[in-house]
Amino acid sequence: MSEKKVSVWTSITFWRRSAAWVTGTAVVLLMWLTFNTIGQISMGTDEDLQNGVKKRIPAPTVINYKIDYAYDEKRGHEVPVIGEKELFFGKEWSADEAAELLRHGKLTQQAKNCMNCHTLLGNGAYYAPDLTKAWLDPKWNDGTMTGITGKDTVEEAMAEFLMHPSQFPTHARMMPNLGITKEEAIALVAFLKHMSAIDTNGFPRNFSQSAKRLEGGTHAW
Amino acid sequence: MLGSIKSNKFQYESQKLAMNYFRVAIVLFGAQLLMGLIAATQFLYPSFLFEVYDFSVARMVHINALVVWMLYAMIGSVYLLLPDETGIEAVGIKLGKLAFWVLTAAVTVVVLVYIFIQVGPGSEATIWLINEGREYIEAPRWADIGIVVVVLIFYYNVFATYMKGEKTGIMTVLVADLFALAGLYLCGMFFTSNISMDQYWWWWVIHLWVEATWEVFVGSLAAYGLIKILGAKREIVEMWLWIEVLMLFGSGILGLGHHYFWIGTPEYWWEIGALFSALEPVPLVAMFVHVLYDWGKEQGHAEAGQAGHAVKNSPAMAWIAINAFGNFLGAGIWGFFHTLPQVNIYTHGTQFTAAHGHLAFFGAYATILIGMMYLGVQRAYAIERMRMTFKTKMAIALLITGILGMTVSLTIAGYEQVLVERADLGGGWDAYFIAQNLPWMLQAMGWRLVMGLVMFTGFIFLVADLFTIGKAKEHAEQESVGAAAA
Ligand code: HEM
Ligand code: HEM
Ligand SMILES: [Fe+2]
Repeated sequence: MSEKKVSVWTSITFWRRSAAWVTGTAVVLLMWLTFNTIGQISMGTDEDLQNGVKKRIPAPTVINYKIDYAYDEKRGHEVPVIGEKELFFGKEWSADEAAELLRHGKLTQQAKNCMNCHTLLGNGAYYAPDLTKAWLDPKWNDGTMTGITGKDTVEEAMAEFLMHPSQFPTHARMMPNLGITKEEAIALVAFLKHMSAIDTNGFPRNFSQSAKRLEGGTHAW
Repeated sequence: MLGSIKSNKFQYESQKLAMNYFRVAIVLFGAQLLMGLIAATQFLYPSFLFEVYDFSVARMVHINALVVWMLYAMIGSVYLLLPDETGIEAVGIKLGKLAFWVLTAAVTVVVLVYIFIQVGPGSEATIWLINEGREYIEAPRWADIGIVVVVLIFYYNVFATYMKGEKTGIMTVLVADLFALAGLYLCGMFFTSNISMDQYWWWWVIHLWVEATWEVFVGSLAAYGLIKILGAKREIVEMWLWIEVLMLFGSGILGLGHHYFWIGTPEYWWEIGALFSALEPVPLVAMFVHVLYDWGKEQGHAEAGQAGHAVKNSPAMAWIAINAFGNFLGAGIWGFFHTLPQVNIYTHGTQFTAAHGHLAFFGAYATILIGMMYLGVQRAYAIERMRMTFKTKMAIALLITGILGMTVSLTIAGYEQVLVERADLGGGWDAYFIAQNLPWMLQAMGWRLVMGLVMFTGFIFLVADLFTIGKAKEHAEQESVGAAAA
């Protein structure tokens, strides 16, 4: 720009400074929000669970409790509800055991590449159902999958399915055998049960409704 | 392009190195499309390669090849413009060449492991050696560290050359932007059992790349391109560039919130994510206007018979114009469609997301990087004014028809999925499969595959063109004709 033109709107310096300030402000705000969010999404503790303190991401020992996903009047959508105690694979898991199990489950989830077919918390691939609330899915809880796998409990049925998915097909699109061992399968089920207890602000919406609808025939057919 | 090794008229080693990066990029682009075709086939015929080469593997290679070819083409673009902007040779060119071979060897090993080993046991060893199982950044940890080292060498080259040579506005933006781009990669390099924490930082890499640092990068490339191809005035182009940086970072950084609606993060992200991401299309409109404005203006000068204003590389100019529009359409429009939480609660993780992902990545990045490759070929052959050939036009027509057709198909599939699976049935296993099996979904998946094949044909024309255009006769023919460009 020649010296005579003095309008700030055509001044490179003005725009460069503005860009730096706006970017800097956005970064500072993001950092601040990040600190707050990190605090809110850190896992709770076993004591929180025992005292009924709600955490967005509960402790790994949440696997020792019944989990539900129910409509909350105040928030206007479904939220996870942590109920009374129940055994998980026939036992109650200590805080250390549960943490180790969850860690193994998460590692297995990554090692087997689940997210390149499924979505978790809605992120991933779209070739297979979302796993966010898989633990609560009617398919596992209405006797279908326990029946197919010949197991008594949801966790055992899930573990059996994960070890031999292509032996229990529900559709032409099947899950492949990923060489999942018994230990890995148990850990994965713990990971899925824990995930279903995460407060996702109501995603997936109306999840608890699909079972009832399907029984009476659906709008889609 | 390979032919350009022989008739290599480059003045600078840096620009020769750029061509190496472009060559690998184009190979990976081809691999990406092939993997996409396999995955798309599996949607229709699930038994295709079942338990041999599963969907998850094909898809992983598809999106990894995508990210890596784009990074290669981006590095290539920087090595191409570096001597032009700074006026000097890249200072650490020997090290730069070594880094290229190291990176390429590492990428080859990673891909072979993906393809032949695929998955490992659920242990730390797997995420260190086989794959990390996190979308787009699946590369195992050893490769992450290798990438960081190579990127440091690359960055040193850019930074030191910048400090030694001339400091243009374009280079200043690039030096700052590349620093952020490289630094963000570190956010994806740790393990946690907490899936929400995992995804929180994962989005720092993915979103802050494609909606902040990569966009600014593209702004810089377009600025360079407009100056090189049209002879646009540097002062004006650089002023626009700073305005774009302001708007892109101003909206894109906090726009990150649109990924924090449902992953366990607090509700305040609804408002923050909605507000800032809704502003994200604004700079994309500005970039579109800027490119068309400069193009029209210079065209006017040329038609008025003023020397030096004719389009100097019409294939590159075409791709830059397509970029301006594609970025606006794929990222701006298709992104805005699902960015408000009220909509996103239903569209989150459906084929709708895939529609947006395809059009945005292609429109915003593939296009301009292809344009940069044409600029590279022009330099390799020292062509004064490069013209489109029949192949250039076929590549453009087919690639664009393919990507638009694919986007429309996936958008229809997405609507169907949103209405039936999500809104009507409320999600879940049965709801998912009911929606997947409806005729509209199946038709859409069929058309996606057809359009993928159209794209692949376009890609073949593109490669053929890049190989041969340097010797095409078109360039000489029109030397005296006015600027009947594009
Ligand atoms: C031959 C052409 C192509 C075909 C057949 C194809 C096919 C596919 C398929 C089947 C998926 C998996 C979607 C799912 O999980 O349901 C996918 C994902 C993806 N593809 Fe492609 N693709 C093609 C070209 C491209 C191009 C040119 C780009 C970008 C430049 C691209 C970028 C992506 C991205 C970003 C994803 C992940 C999307 C998401 O998670 O939302 N693809 N593609
Ligand atoms: C060139 C720029 C962009 C690219 C390459 C891009 C690419 C993508 C991709 C690949 C995904 C899917 C991620 C996954 O696999 O989970 C995605 C998601 C998303 N994008 Fe973009 N995007 C861009 C710009 C934008 C813009 C400007 C907006 C908003 C105005 C936007 C809004 C969104 C939203 C809301 C999602 C989440 C979708 C969901 O909930 O499933 N994007 N983007
Ligand atoms: Fe985003």
